[in-house]
Amino acid sequence: MNDVGREPPAGHILLRHREIPEIDNLEVYRQNGGFEALRKAVTLMGPDEVTEEVKTSGLRGRGGAGFPTGLKWTFIDYDRYPHYVVANADESEPGTYKDREIMEGNPFQFLEGVAICAYAIRAETAYIYLRGEFWQIAESLDRQIEALERSGFLGDNLFGTDYSLRISTHLGAGAYICGEETALLESMEGKLGQPRLRPPFPPSFGLYGKPTVVNNVETLTNVPMIIKHGGDWYRNIGTEKSTGPKIFSLSGNVERPGNYELPLGTTFRELIYEHGGGIPNGRLIKAIMAAGASSSLIVANDEALDTKMDYESVPNVGAQLGSASVIVIDDTVSIPWLINKTIHFFKHESCGKCTPCREGNYWMVHLTERIAQGQASMNDVELLYDVASQIKGKCLCALGEFSIEAVLSGIERFRTDFEQVVAD
Amino acid sequence: MNVSDGASEVTKSLSPLSSKYAREIEAILAKYPPEQRRSAVMPLLYLAQKERMYVDRETMQEIGEILGMSTTDVASIVGFYSLYYDEPGGKYHIQICTDLPCALRGAEDFLVELCERLGILPGETTKDGLITIEEVMCLAACDNAPMFQVQSSQGLEYYENQTVENALKLIEELRTMATRGPGHYESIRSDSDE
Ligand SMILES: Cc1cc2nc3c(=O)[nH]c(=O)nc-3n(C[C@H](O)[C@H](O)[C@H](O)COP(=O)(O)O)c2cc1C
Ligand code: FES
Repeated sequence: MNDVGREPPAGHILLRHREIPEIDNLEVYRQNGGFEALRKAVTLMGPDEVTEEVKTSGLRGRGGAGFPTGLKWTFIDYDRYPHYVVANADESEPGTYKDREIMEGNPFQFLEGVAICAYAIRAETAYIYLRGEFWQIAESLDRQIEALERSGFLGDNLFGTDYSLRISTHLGAGAYICGEETALLESMEGKLGQPRLRPPFPPSFGLYGKPTVVNNVETLTNVPMIIKHGGDWYRNIGTEKSTGPKIFSLSGNVERPGNYELPLGTTFRELIYEHGGGIPNGRLIKAIMAAGASSSLIVANDEALDTKMDYESVPNVGAQLGSASVIVIDDTVSIPWLINKTIHFFKHESCGKCTPCREGNYWMVHLTERIAQGQASMNDVELLYDVASQIKGKCLCALGEFSIEAVLSGIERFRTDFEQVVAD
Repeated sequence: MNVSDGASEVTKSLSPLSSKYAREIEAILAKYPPEQRRSAVMPLLYLAQKERMYVDRETMQEIGEILGMSTTDVASIVGFYSLYYDEPGGKYHIQICTDLPCALRGAEDFLVELCERLGILPGETTKDGLITIEEVMCLAACDNAPMFQVQSSQGLEYYENQTVENALKLIEELRTMATRGPGHYESIRSDSDE
């Protein structure tokens, strides 16, 4: 479409509040092109054209799975109404804090993205499901939604067309599992947040059993830029198969932790050393987790550091990009201690529905505690490996799979750490 | 599910939540399709917790009546989600993140030292019944460890890049606020020794 071949912009595309002060003020957002994309979509484009443009952009879901966003929108069942959009603002993966910064800093671009997605899938109601801890963010989003209703960007007959849209917030209450899209929908329906058996997937059977698109906050925040500048323009950023910018949440043993918006395909080395300032206190890097606590442990050798952070390359070093929450681990950290930490998290957050995940994490935590405290033998380490292997592929959702990533890779790749702590 | 009661029921009822928060309840219910009132259970529980940081059995029953749910169903929601409480704790819950990224930046030492200075263990409440220290999972502020949130009936507040001294100062402020403010809560805690 327009802007083809133009150089990718120098500044941020998502974290625009870093260059534009007070972009969380509607007037300021509008002065900087805000709601032009929504106006363009609703007044000049058909819903399917909008979806087509998002497909062209190559945008993939930023919530973890990297599923093509435009393609997901085409799966909506157009024989049944109403349709719903649910923005996933549950952000609970340890090491992930990007959606929070978007919603605090550049909330209108996110809301505009929600609105464009709703128009594209012919939904007149959208919800934002926020983790309960984001209580203050929900309050400010409520005020911002009211401001949009007063200015005619939300509500009835947008831009004089017959399209109407309402957006509401909904607060969760402290449950990691509610980030999983079907558990999230159950939770929104006032039930326990436990995953559903899939298929059917949300685009055919979602909120209240109706066709629903669930997208991550960061995913949706890309959409206004794609509609404004065109999908081909967007493809200039990132790699061929992993297009666009990504917000990398950098945490752990690094000099300058923080969110860094960089093109997909940036190397671990550039993120950790150039942007993050390297490892503090003259220590050495030992391991990297690329997808928060749900990652396998990458051995931080030169090959790994030179690996591009995109959906295709990270698997080459035995891991996934996921939500791109990069946790840096230095050489003072004991891997048995680390997996004890991650298993504590997963045991706490297992929703209890599937036996392998519930019982497996219960057993694993007993083992990792003893191992970390040096009260176990190498047989216990083997047992732990066995229990973890048994969970694989046996649960309704990926939480069980996530829980064993660090355990299996930790034992496989950092065996000497375990040999050092077990009692002989 | 029994969803026969119309929205007007809400205002008619004389039970505490409905009479005190009639407008808020109407606004919450309006967010969801009329036949999906159950979706309002989480926001109504937050509303109930505004009173005194936990939801008692009578209030669960009342919420159940408003939404056409059994009291047991409401109680199971309270039990499932970690931000709802069914028994009184401290007036302020200081929830310290000790999850992996924060732990790599010293959060565990922070927790231990703060608890020592307060003379309690993680999970316990100070003798005056005001401060409960809890260890929690990632709060999406991992670049600013040590960090915690304070949960009270007023909501949740984040405190980032903390030191033990900072935290103790804040706790003193919370104590001053609690003793000065017109608290209905203090009367419940008759064992208060301050
Ligand atoms: C245990 C678990 C937790 C998840 N947590 C989140 C989350 O906090 N935020 C999120 O956007 N997606 C999360 N997801 C992924 C969602 O299920 C879903 O794939 C995503 O919201 C789709 O949006 P996207 O295509 O824009 O990424 C989680 C998945 C699992 C299995
Ligand atoms: S790990 Fe503590 S806020 Fe994320």
